[in-house]
Amino acid sequence: MDIEKKIDSRFGSLPDNRGFYGKFGGRYVPEILIPALDELAGAFFAAMKDPAFQQHFTSLLHEYVGRETPLTYAGRLSEHFGKARIYLKREDLCHTGAHKINNAVGQVLLARRMGKTRIIAETGAGQHGVATATVCAYFGMTCIIYMGAEDIVRQKLNVDRMRLLGAEVRPVESGAKTLSNAINEAIRDWVSNVEDTFYIIGSAVGPHPYPMMVREFQSVIGKETIDQSLEQEGRLPDYVLACVGGGSNAIGMFHPLLSYENVRLYGIEAAGEGVQTPRHAATLSGGLPGILHGSLSYLLQTQYGQIAEAHSVSAGLDYPGVGPEHSFLRDSGRVTYAAVTDSDALDGVQLLSSKEGIIPALETAHAIAYLDTMMPKTQPDEFVVINCSGRGDKDMETISKFMNRT
Amino acid sequence: MSNKGRIERLFETRTGHEKIMSLFLTAGYPDPSETVALVRELETSGADILELGMPFSDPLADGPTIQYASKVALEQGVNLDSIFGMIREIRKTSQIPIVLMGYINPVLQYGLDAFFRKAKASDADGIILPDVPPGEFPEIEDLCRKHGIDSIHLVAPNTSDSRMQEIDRASRGFVYCVSVTGVTGTREGDEVSRSVSGFIQRVRKNVTRNPVLVGFGIRSHADAMAVSSETDGFIVGSALIDYIRGIYPGPDWIKKTGDFVRELKYGSQIREKSTHP
Repeated sequence: MDIEKKIDSRFGSLPDNRGFYGKFGGRYVPEILIPALDELAGAFFAAMKDPAFQQHFTSLLHEYVGRETPLTYAGRLSEHFGKARIYLKREDLCHTGAHKINNAVGQVLLARRMGKTRIIAETGAGQHGVATATVCAYFGMTCIIYMGAEDIVRQKLNVDRMRLLGAEVRPVESGAKTLSNAINEAIRDWVSNVEDTFYIIGSAVGPHPYPMMVREFQSVIGKETIDQSLEQEGRLPDYVLACVGGGSNAIGMFHPLLSYENVRLYGIEAAGEGVQTPRHAATLSGGLPGILHGSLSYLLQTQYGQIAEAHSVSAGLDYPGVGPEHSFLRDSGRVTYAAVTDSDALDGVQLLSSKEGIIPALETAHAIAYLDTMMPKTQPDEFVVINCSGRGDKDMETISKFMNRT
Repeated sequence: MSNKGRIERLFETRTGHEKIMSLFLTAGYPDPSETVALVRELETSGADILELGMPFSDPLADGPTIQYASKVALEQGVNLDSIFGMIREIRKTSQIPIVLMGYINPVLQYGLDAFFRKAKASDADGIILPDVPPGEFPEIEDLCRKHGIDSIHLVAPNTSDSRMQEIDRASRGFVYCVSVTGVTGTREGDEVSRSVSGFIQRVRKNVTRNPVLVGFGIRSHADAMAVSSETDGFIVGSALIDYIRGIYPGPDWIKKTGDFVRELKYGSQIREKSTHP
């Protein structure tokens, strides 16, 4: 089918062979990890070209994850704004309740192909940890999840789920005891057990080839959205929104759409208590380029280059870095990045719950909340797709506290 | 460079079978106002090279000890300018080769050019950036050459022969041989020397342009002798910081640290040997 005109092929061809998206990306890691990254990249590129791998991946997404996920017309939400029609890409309906499992399936398959027997992962909100523990249980593999002690408290339900699934959850007590510290600890584990261990990074961050690999395994979201938009609306959306922490659901949604110039893309970060305060996680809105966790990207940092503590009510967005491809897309102007505060995100949870009967994850709610800003600019003949990246059950404790306060 | 650097001269002038001992200390640990005095004690007690750690909030190649020391230093306001100040103070009385060691991000935010100019001006000799392996950041290699700062890289047990040769070519001063796959402070007990020896032989074969110092997990003179028998010397970091952590701020902690360092270098027969070359 002939769909809109492509603007620029450069968006589709990155990263380059050294893992750079413009100046962002790279492999800034200890020497010990260089052979492991070479081995991983080799296996990944071979797998992507191998029809048997692709078929296994696709069939697991279909039979186990429950794909494809629907593109749901949000009628009452659309009426609420009285402008463009709004659709939800229902990643919340994936097995385990969020998009994270797409990538977990892909990377576990790759680990098995490489003969790695021990799986480690970091988790913030716990969704990636749960997804990884789930796929490891499915294949009977050893699974260790690093999680900040602070996140263990605020995402208790997911901790119990991981343990039920047979994973060992290791609390991380350093720094702010959140996602960033969990990644440090997972990398230390990988450095120490590099021969038999596969590190499954859950977001589009880390050294090459991780950002690309996560994007490829998540781009099923954008590909399905294209097909469903054509089927349901006869054309591509005018606006597409996704929340951005590390940026895996957003890059999975955006990447297949990058070359269609008429599709306006919005990445919504967590402004916490406000981007002007020290308590936020809006890396692309309030950070500067720097190197953390193996790649050059925007970072929240002090004037001395120390990593600043991020803050967001949503554990999954509470990260001082962001995927390098998002940094590139920001600077190139292809994607618009904006930020939404904690309290606006909580309003977003209530809005979607009451209008559509869908309780979104706090992460997802940031994208919902941005509709307040964006919808007035839309036209009634346009349509919007929001990536509904996860469901909110895991956040009920935080949400209840907020509801009881107001 | 026509002028030989301090590190190169050190290896040229060392006598016989003496092992070069490089000590890693996080700049400003345990107390920034004591760093200069502590370094003086380390040198008179037998340190041949000082690796001064530039503390970083997220030291992902380091174990708990250096994470802790970095945190303590940062909490006391240590930054790159104060570290350059410490080096200038040390230089008033000492010619010990000084290698700056730390993660790239603080250096990047300082400004690469400014960093290398100030490092040279304060008379530092070399740099180790564990998260910048050779080939990943060519501009840094250029700046090292331009300012005459030795660029020191690491090899690990899983580094291939050809990669070792590449690392040797990219390095100047010495090559840092990481004896175990792990973070700093990793210890594999008595297994260290046995599992390491095949690896060291591979390093010797492939690293031919630079001296080799071996590090990670060395906690005693016996450890040091066991792993460095076929190298030019050894590096101790976490064990030194653990020792200081155990006695600071008790009486004579600097002096006692000196005793610990002499023991590390010379073993228990220290009185039979000269205390300084």
